[in-house]
Amino acid sequence: MTRRPDIQREGDMDLSFLDEVRVVPGGEKIVDCIQCGTCSGSCPTSYLMEDSPRDLFYKIRAGLRNEVLKSPDIWLCTSCYMCYVRCPKNIKVTDIMYALKRISSKERFSLQWRGYHLAKSFMSVVNRDGRNNETELLLRFFLKTKPFGLIRNSLIGLKLWLRGRMPMMPHRIKEIKKFRAIMAKAESLSTM
Amino acid sequence: MPESYWREYLYYPGCSLHSTSKSYDESARAVGQALGAKFVELSDWNCCGATAYMGIKELTAFTVSARNLALAEQRGKEIVAPCSGCYVGLNKANNYLKEFPEVHKKVNAALSEGGLEYKGTVKVRHLLDVFTHDVGYEKVKQFVTKPLEGLKVGCYYGCQIVRPRNEIDDPECPETMEMLMKACGAAPVDFALKAFCCGGSLMGTEEDIGLRLVKNLLHSAFRSGIKVLVTPCPLCQMNVDAYQKRAGRKYGMEFDIPILFFTQIIGLALGIEPKKLGIGREIISAHEVLKPYI
Ligand code: SF4
Ligand code: SF4
Repeated sequence: MTRRPDIQREGDMDLSFLDEVRVVPGGEKIVDCIQCGTCSGSCPTSYLMEDSPRDLFYKIRAGLRNEVLKSPDIWLCTSCYMCYVRCPKNIKVTDIMYALKRISSKERFSLQWRGYHLAKSFMSVVNRDGRNNETELLLRFFLKTKPFGLIRNSLIGLKLWLRGRMPMMPHRIKEIKKFRAIMAKAESLSTM
Repeated sequence: MPESYWREYLYYPGCSLHSTSKSYDESARAVGQALGAKFVELSDWNCCGATAYMGIKELTAFTVSARNLALAEQRGKEIVAPCSGCYVGLNKANNYLKEFPEVHKKVNAALSEGGLEYKGTVKVRHLLDVFTHDVGYEKVKQFVTKPLEGLKVGCYYGCQIVRPRNEIDDPECPETMEMLMKACGAAPVDFALKAFCCGGSLMGTEEDIGLRLVKNLLHSAFRSGIKVLVTPCPLCQMNVDAYQKRAGRKYGMEFDIPILFFTQIIGLALGIEPKKLGIGREIISAHEVLKPYI
């Protein structure tokens, strides 16, 4: 095996990264990974990944923090849970993928990934109203990431609207003030 | 008239059933009523958090789900969610709060800002689970007035209803929907990709991946001779319905396989008017396939 230039010395590894992942609920078992590749072989999007789940996992253990967090592949996880049910070591792979999304979204790298922006747009609509509004969500998301997508998808939008499937008015829950107070508190208590 | 099943549930429609998946809401309520499962909407429910919150902040993800659980706990009944995404979200929060007491404590601290508390006693159910395991195939069969003889229906489960493991069905080779379809007199046809991913929200972020997954599914269904698909998931319905033509174009194939919610097909077999089941809201029209049964 060729040695990776970036992990030639133990001192270069960011071993605290493993701990960052290990403390999230469900993340503790990552140390049991036997690199069998079942997760990657089961993954519907791994065909496009440079670092499939298995690769990400050894890199986490090798302390390659930046390399992992910079990877766009983290945001290609659809949460289909196929890896999760197939992993022979019962590692909650999907939950670790979620954890990687969270850790990377605190870093600036994630600003370039569309998955991050979709999640952020979704949260800002729901934090405001208590409910999602698909029309507004898509407007926000496409305007931010690929305005051309709006034009490209307008026909689909129209077809949905004609069938009563694209409501224009947002719906706000009744106890919205309390809801916002709850969410603000959760935000302040959250560590990751 | 056979004796109906009788039980009350707290119905949690979730955001999609109020917008893109109206037909699921309409048919779920109509079928519930016909079979005697009483669905009372959980009042002032909020979004479940979907997959978005979990990718940004864990505690907010658990809290946004837990507010619904706390509201349901006050009513002392089981929650039933028709949307697979909502089901997974609520269920995940519920299980994690049990498994990780320190997370539970923080969630309760947040909830208390809105005068709520969640003790942890609510059970979260999926609509498919309620119809198969509570009402049961036999009961459904008794209520069928228009058996859908010869209807070649493919049951598309998607991901989040069977995974991660739960009590509903096998995570990779589920068959509860097929059993329900049989109870309705239809002829369910198996296909290889019935529990594979439709791309989920990647259809918005990475359309090429979404289109490829949808193409794979449709191709697998087509080769099995399936005439209509049914699903218990709003996102699956949306991706396979609204992006079907685009996926076909991209790969030089022509697909014409309507996708409905499983409740719409059950409703037809129970003799409920198609309009009340939201049939006609789909983009790939099911009219031709269903004509003999309407
Ligand atoms: S399936 Fe489990 S043990 Fe195998 S490589 Fe993936 S995470 Fe590691
Ligand atoms: S949950 Fe994510 S990582 Fe796992 S198989 Fe599905 S898409 Fe791949």
